[in-house]
Amino acid sequence: MLHLNHIHKVFNEGTPDEKIALDSINHTMNEGDFVTVIGSNGAGKSTLMNIISGVMLPDMGTITIDKQDVSTISEFKRAKMIGRVFQDPMAGTAPSMTIEENLAMAYSRNKNRTLRKGVTKQRKDLFREVLESLHLGLEDRLTAKVGLLSGGERQALSLLMATFTEPSILLLDEHTAALDPARAELITNLTKEIVKKYHLTTLMVTHNMQQALDLGNKLIMMDKGQIILVVDESQKKKLTIEQLLNEFQRIRGTKLASDRALLT
Amino acid sequence: MPTAIFGAFESGIIYAIMALGVYLSFRVLDFPDLTVDGSFVTGAAVAATMIVSGINPFIATLVALAAGFIAGCLTGILHTFGKINALLSGILMMIALYSINLRIMGKSNVPLLNTDTAITHVRDAWDKTGLDSIFNSIFTAVGLGDSVPRTWGILIFMIIVTFAIKLLTDRFLQTEIGLALRATGDNKRMIRSLSGNTNLLVILGLGLSNAMVAFSGALIAQQGGFADVGMGIGMIIIGLASVIIGEALFGTKTIARTTLAVIGGAIIYRIVVTLALRVEFLEPGDMKLITATIVILALIMPKLIDKTKEKKRKAKRQSERIAMNPDGKGEADASFKSHS
Repeated sequence: MLHLNHIHKVFNEGTPDEKIALDSINHTMNEGDFVTVIGSNGAGKSTLMNIISGVMLPDMGTITIDKQDVSTISEFKRAKMIGRVFQDPMAGTAPSMTIEENLAMAYSRNKNRTLRKGVTKQRKDLFREVLESLHLGLEDRLTAKVGLLSGGERQALSLLMATFTEPSILLLDEHTAALDPARAELITNLTKEIVKKYHLTTLMVTHNMQQALDLGNKLIMMDKGQIILVVDESQKKKLTIEQLLNEFQRIRGTKLASDRALLT
Repeated sequence: MPTAIFGAFESGIIYAIMALGVYLSFRVLDFPDLTVDGSFVTGAAVAATMIVSGINPFIATLVALAAGFIAGCLTGILHTFGKINALLSGILMMIALYSINLRIMGKSNVPLLNTDTAITHVRDAWDKTGLDSIFNSIFTAVGLGDSVPRTWGILIFMIIVTFAIKLLTDRFLQTEIGLALRATGDNKRMIRSLSGNTNLLVILGLGLSNAMVAFSGALIAQQGGFADVGMGIGMIIIGLASVIIGEALFGTKTIARTTLAVIGGAIIYRIVVTLALRVEFLEPGDMKLITATIVILALIMPKLIDKTKEKKRKAKRQSERIAMNPDGKGEADASFKSHS
């Protein structure tokens, strides 16, 4: 499904600030895989997401999605295959437009945009139906401006917009990190439900260790631009946070340095 | 004086097309596009030059619209692919267009008097219908006989054209491409993640915006009877004034409401300027100063009004609270106790 082949990315090359963000990353995701990514600060998690989604191009290496080499394809073209949810709840929706208009734009993600009406009666029914799955009552507020929604509601809508057209790959970039614990739990549960419902191949970056263990069937740990640990399905079920931290110390010889890592 | 108001109304409705263009770039795309000062003249220059050389004025007006579209697209290309700051790319295009406009016209002023223009065609066709006398007799009957315009034809024709453009704009902004265009001005990162080509959308939006501006310029040249290389100076501010006045007076609840507000703003702006110029000590040369003053007032006044309202509301609440606790210190004591 997703294949990363020797991905290499250096920032500020040739200056004293030179930093290897991704150091020859190799990784393959099969269809239906739900992989959680954890790692210390500056491990390259976000860069990895940006490289896959096409925000940045790698210095070396190739990215294949659905057997198609997308390494040099621009961000907006790649978006036809990729659904994304950002950390910032404000980033995934257009505030001055209505809920139905936002969903209409998401509906057009994997199609060519034309001069047909964005919100039709038929599509409205579809939007109402998918909004019901969020259990937030948004299906009754189709014409409300998105800017009026709370952060949690907006993130739930972003999640829905990224997924209901069933992308080949779903990228979640710490999408619960900016929410309060109750809202974060709501979004986590919705993520679980939606990924299962649409059988989505998902890559989720998180700083919440418990979330990384609870969700998904595989886990990878990154440090200094490398994938240092891959946990497969059978191991992941038995894994605890403590074991995860010990494993990091064993491999790297230092403690996991992340000021934001939530250990519970 | 009422005839002057009709004149102001008539040109206001033509300038409204330019204001709709400014609305598209300024509000929808969130792009402060100064190309307008140049592309307005480009429209006028192209139309006037073609008409003088004997081409059908309606075709000339459409070519003017296309010329504006190209000018807007170039500004968009400078900004997206050239990665030049939005304001600067507009200014560069505006300066470049000044020379281009002179080249198109071959001189700094092309008169259109005694030439067949779209406006004279409409007037002639209208005169054949003989509807003027009916309208005039209605106005005379209600006692407004001395305030009739020279002809109703142009006014009605312009209202139809402007509203057709307004409705097309409303409709376009609801299409799949239109939604993506609005999102480009609202949240670029989001629409890119939903496979929107933001670069192309910015170029398209600026193209459409300047097409409207040039179209408006072409009609103003034909209405006024000349195209002049300096007629676009301050046009962006006039457009902005129309948008801001309209939005403040008529609201922005929906797109259709906002575009209607912009048209209203453009007409009101013209009427205000006409009235202002009748004040004894003001001269036609003061027009730009009047415009600047109107825009400044339109920008500051709504904020001041909100602030005063907020102050009044707070004062009212405060007095209510005092009325409930006459001794004035009860509340503080209570909160203290609850903590201990």
